[in-house]
Amino acid sequence: MSEPSDAPPMTISIEGVEKRFGRYPALNGVSLEIGHGELLALLGPSGSGKTTLLRLIAGLEFPDRGRVLFDRDDVTYLHAAARQVGFVFQQYALFKHMTVAKNVAFGLDVRRKNKPPRAEITRRVDDLLKLVELDGMGPRYPSQLSGGQRQRVALARALAVSPRVLLLDEPFGALDATVRKSLRRELRHIHDATGVTTIFVTHDQEEALELADRVAILNHGRIEQIGTPAEVHDHPVSAFVCGFVGEANRFEGVVERGLFTAGPVMAPAPNVADGPAVAFVRPHDLSIAGPADGFETHVGRVVPQGATGRVEAQTLDGRWIEADFARDQLVGLEHGTALRLAVKQAHVFPAS
Amino acid sequence: MSLTHARHPTEDPPWARWTILALVLGFLALMLILPLAAVFAGALRKGLEASLAAISDPDAISAVKLTLLVAVIAVPFNAAFGICAAWAIAKHYFPGKSFLITLIDIPFSVSPVVSGLIYVLVFGAQGWFGDWLIDHNITIIFAVPGIVLATIFVTFPFIARELIPLMQEQGVAEEEAAVSMGASGLVTFFLVTAPNIRWGLFYGVLLCNARAMGEFGAVSVVSGHIRGLTNTMPLHIELLYNEYDFVGAFSVAALLCLLALVTLALKTGLELTQSVRGRHV
Repeated sequence: MSEPSDAPPMTISIEGVEKRFGRYPALNGVSLEIGHGELLALLGPSGSGKTTLLRLIAGLEFPDRGRVLFDRDDVTYLHAAARQVGFVFQQYALFKHMTVAKNVAFGLDVRRKNKPPRAEITRRVDDLLKLVELDGMGPRYPSQLSGGQRQRVALARALAVSPRVLLLDEPFGALDATVRKSLRRELRHIHDATGVTTIFVTHDQEEALELADRVAILNHGRIEQIGTPAEVHDHPVSAFVCGFVGEANRFEGVVERGLFTAGPVMAPAPNVADGPAVAFVRPHDLSIAGPADGFETHVGRVVPQGATGRVEAQTLDGRWIEADFARDQLVGLEHGTALRLAVKQAHVFPAS
Repeated sequence: MSLTHARHPTEDPPWARWTILALVLGFLALMLILPLAAVFAGALRKGLEASLAAISDPDAISAVKLTLLVAVIAVPFNAAFGICAAWAIAKHYFPGKSFLITLIDIPFSVSPVVSGLIYVLVFGAQGWFGDWLIDHNITIIFAVPGIVLATIFVTFPFIARELIPLMQEQGVAEEEAAVSMGASGLVTFFLVTAPNIRWGLFYGVLLCNARAMGEFGAVSVVSGHIRGLTNTMPLHIELLYNEYDFVGAFSVAALLCLLALVTLALKTGLELTQSVRGRHV
């Protein structure tokens, strides 16, 4: 496998960055460290500031306050052209009037200093097209390619300049589910092969958890939590993170002496102050209870999902609950069956 | 029901289709083709030779030369202006942007005669800069510079108007991609922006050129109608017509029409090559 990046991978530090668009605050004091060779996901709903943060790193926007450091160099106001970043745009932004090969070679062709000789550029383009599995597509034009192929060209083009960091803005957003899955695996594979520090923006939590070494969850221009996929999924620090990452049933109720109650639903809530609260219960954190435990529900639908099955059930006071069980536990369950459920574990947060 | 009778939901019934088509064609024949034919018929009424003689008259030749000179100056100037204006409006945010777009439309909304008068008021002997211009021996009004200025004013929206929506639709992602790969501003413009706008630019240039050669009102006010010196083709045609030299007037008019037709043929030819290469654009 070729080694598209000659420069050693880089650490990126974001220090107290703020950015407003008119009166709308896009980033409210974001600080973040990205280790060299790391694959980081910026995850958040639209308007959370994740794309703005990515564009600040690329030099396509400049912050009102705060600093961006590449290794130890302050690049906050450095021109985008001087940053040596590779940027992959959501809508590919390929040059329509150039062939695939010309697109990939662009960053090398426009170099004034250290421009490699023609033969080397050609070789480099061939290597990169091979890396993204587009060998022989060089003479085609972007309009002759499928969406997934265009995104691969965009990726190869960004890698051609030996970027010190690779930035991807919703790279799979415009693709259909199957292509998205295979490209995700490919990006991970390319990242492992090249070792380039990579940051990608997504609103798809599944994508972030599957692909990234660490996930930073943004909301309203702030980082709510940053950690490994397992950390943010299993130990969410806020109601927002819990609701956004992974699936969960959400209940509004009260906490009294370490016990959360919402109608018939009860869940342990140690270390949560008394008062109004919200509880999130993952579908796999529910169990089938004996007659003395839990609460009564009626099964609405049973949906098989591989080794497990999803039960959609309704409590007697009308709340819908989704619960996952092993397939053998589901035998005999059908629409209308009475089922007692108990909460094994819940993430409880004081209501804000 | 058989498939051959099935009509697409947006397709009109045959009687409606034919009625609309007949209306359009009838209107075009009456308003466009008939007058155009009349021009050529008028020019050739006393035979081809009389017509050629009228065109090769020295005054006619100088009118043709002046018209081409004005177009050659006005069109590149407006191309440069149009690209700059469209670039500023489409790729940047600044306060007063919509006001600028409105300003660009002014030549379209103001009568050409008024446009000409503005220049007389500013640069004429009794105008604001009149004394200064006389002191420095510069003549603008009733001379070629005035004609060029008036033509530029009347035709400057064409190219800008063609490019603004095109550039707005294209956005800045490709330029951002180019810059992030290390391209400088100029390189980005020539390698990325220019190829994307070339057809719109070309179309705007053709429209601008057609109008620059044909402009009458504004030019008439600032020209002074000096035969062989400040008469453009449209002015020369009017002059001949008013002197009852119908063959002469129609012959020069036919030449002007031919120039416009050449422009149109060029445009059609380019559109054809564009649709052949369309998959690449």
